[in-house]
Amino acid sequence: MKKKTILGMGTALALTLGASAGFAENIKIAFIDPLSGPFASTGTNGLHQYEFAAQALVNDKGGVLGGDMFEIVPFDNKISPKESLIQLQVAIDQGVRYVVQGNSSGVAHAITDAVAKHNRRNPDSRVLFLNYAAVDTALTNEKCNFWHFRFDANADIKMDALTDVIAANENIKKVYVIGQDYSFGKTVAEAAEKNLAEKRPDIEIVGNELHPIGKVKDFTPYARKIVASEADAVITGNWGSDMLGLGKAVIENGFSGPIYTYYAAGSGMTAAFGETGKGSIRLIGEGQINPPPSDEATAYYEAFKAKYPDGNIDQPRISNVIAMLAKAIEEAGTATDVVAVANALEGMEFESMWGTKIYMRPDDHQAIQNLHVGAHTDENITFPYDNSDYGLLSESTVEMAGMDSATTCDMKRP
Amino acid sequence: MDLILVNLIDGLVTGLLLFMLSAGLTLIFSMMGVLNFAHASFYMLGAYFAYQISLGLGFWMGLLVAPIIVGVIGAGVERYGLRRVHQYGHVPELIFTFGLALLIEEIVQFFWGKNQMPYSPPEALQFTLFSIAGNAIPAYKIFMIFVSMGIFIALLYVLTRTRVGMVIQAALSYPKTVEALGHNVPLVFMGVFGVGTALAGVAGVIAGPVLGTFPGMAFLLGSIVFVTIVIGGLGSLWGALVASLLIGWLTTFAASYNVEFADILMALGLQKPEDMDTALLRDLWSLTLPQIGPILPYLLMVLILVFRPYGLFGKRDV
Repeated sequence: MKKKTILGMGTALALTLGASAGFAENIKIAFIDPLSGPFASTGTNGLHQYEFAAQALVNDKGGVLGGDMFEIVPFDNKISPKESLIQLQVAIDQGVRYVVQGNSSGVAHAITDAVAKHNRRNPDSRVLFLNYAAVDTALTNEKCNFWHFRFDANADIKMDALTDVIAANENIKKVYVIGQDYSFGKTVAEAAEKNLAEKRPDIEIVGNELHPIGKVKDFTPYARKIVASEADAVITGNWGSDMLGLGKAVIENGFSGPIYTYYAAGSGMTAAFGETGKGSIRLIGEGQINPPPSDEATAYYEAFKAKYPDGNIDQPRISNVIAMLAKAIEEAGTATDVVAVANALEGMEFESMWGTKIYMRPDDHQAIQNLHVGAHTDENITFPYDNSDYGLLSESTVEMAGMDSATTCDMKRP
Repeated sequence: MDLILVNLIDGLVTGLLLFMLSAGLTLIFSMMGVLNFAHASFYMLGAYFAYQISLGLGFWMGLLVAPIIVGVIGAGVERYGLRRVHQYGHVPELIFTFGLALLIEEIVQFFWGKNQMPYSPPEALQFTLFSIAGNAIPAYKIFMIFVSMGIFIALLYVLTRTRVGMVIQAALSYPKTVEALGHNVPLVFMGVFGVGTALAGVAGVIAGPVLGTFPGMAFLLGSIVFVTIVIGGLGSLWGALVASLLIGWLTTFAASYNVEFADILMALGLQKPEDMDTALLRDLWSLTLPQIGPILPYLLMVLILVFRPYGLFGKRDV
């Protein structure tokens, strides 16, 4: 009954809005991510991808609801949870209904809590949190809430898909797991051990170690241990300079097997690995860039490069966030009643231009999609990264990864 | 046994790199009494300049030209910055170099951005020179060893066998007397500062392709350089060399062997707790040597300061 009223009100509102399309206000989407400080390049690149997606996928096509335009409003959170909450409040005060964020699960935790609290106290100005990159599994498990949607695969789903690919490779008998000594590195190591034990009990984990994060100057000693362990493959969740340092040391000191990673592309890393990484670096991720999965994706990437010659589309899911939000708003017939929009997003099935169907699982608001393991190479690369010759070529695909993965989410709907 | 040999070579490379950084710093520190916080920033500048030059003119020109540019910048900083600040005492000098380090990092980010730079070893050296029990030793590593050794020998020769070296050594200990004898001590200072920063530049040029060229590279090495000169003793080239090698081998071996503290504790006769969650020292029981490897040099420094405050080869207190 209540749902009906809301839907009815939403339709009425949409009609009035439609009638006054000439005065249509922009639909503001707050982008809360680091735009200064050490992670500014990641944040800025993400912002460009959002601005481009909003322009190309929505505004250039006449907007939604018969003429409402998407407007991305950037807020710099300096990757601090505290700063993010201040920016979130400012955004809400400016009439923002949709918040996107992705860098750091710590920030995502702060935002999802704050959004849930705000929506409980202010039913008239509810907001939705569209998380496009924070992969901590807790966000769609014990800490899940109705207002949070995750468009990236979470850390467990990624490891599940990655180990599917490893398990299918009969040549891999020994695996070395190495990571940064903090929560994410430990999660990756645990998930790798658990998944491998289930899928290929014959694979021996010949090394499982953590190194201090951001403090190792030379990764050579670790590379020596990996070579000495006679591992056939390496799994690491390292990122930033720890990823480049480890990867280069391991390859240059004589390791020839695959190195399975989460974050070893874009942001200068693809160019820095260059020829060294060829035949070694394998990266798990959503969204296939090479070979381009559709003509639409090709045209989209080319247009993006024309606008941002130094940028990479290293987060294809950003265009999914915008397109799915637009679709949900159209279906709900309103952009202001976020409950209706959230209901439309729940369970949505969406054909992405990146060659996958996306299913927004209603149980926990976790997007289920194809995951790819891409190889770092310069052969058959249509869209390289970092203006180098190298890019990621999709080698294997796990269809609808994590479709039936367990969740402990107990969602309370308004 | 084979691994020990490999580790000795790896540690030697790390140690000699550290030496190139600390050699300049220890000379500057002992002459001017100022800790140059920006020293590692000159190392970073060396890597970035060499990368930029290598894009157009190749690696070898970068190796030749980048350290000279860094040296000239260093001399300029001494002449127009440090010398003016010097009259206000050590603390303003310290703050000046601290600010300089932050400034250089911002400038680097402004021109090159925050990403990793694709700076690679020259193709001529991108092959495996030899292998020890399956452990490849890249040719570039051996090249690094030779460059560092060459620089050490050249420095030693200049300092101990030439007239300039005599003046520098004298100015280290008795600047007033040397000045009274008619030598231009400020010029000597400027020269030493320039050469010191140029040495840091060389270290950056040859370390950049291996350790990565990114805005955090100065920060990563910043503090370990000070540890090196404290352990080695102020103003002592031999001290800097020995301390660098010691730290290089210490960190390499610590990272290589997964010694668990549980084994050590049990060897000491302690009983391993059945239930780790309630154990008093559970963190200590689960600790391994690689996890604490990066802090071992600091531990060594503390011990040195306690038992030999003037360092291994130094002649005066820190």
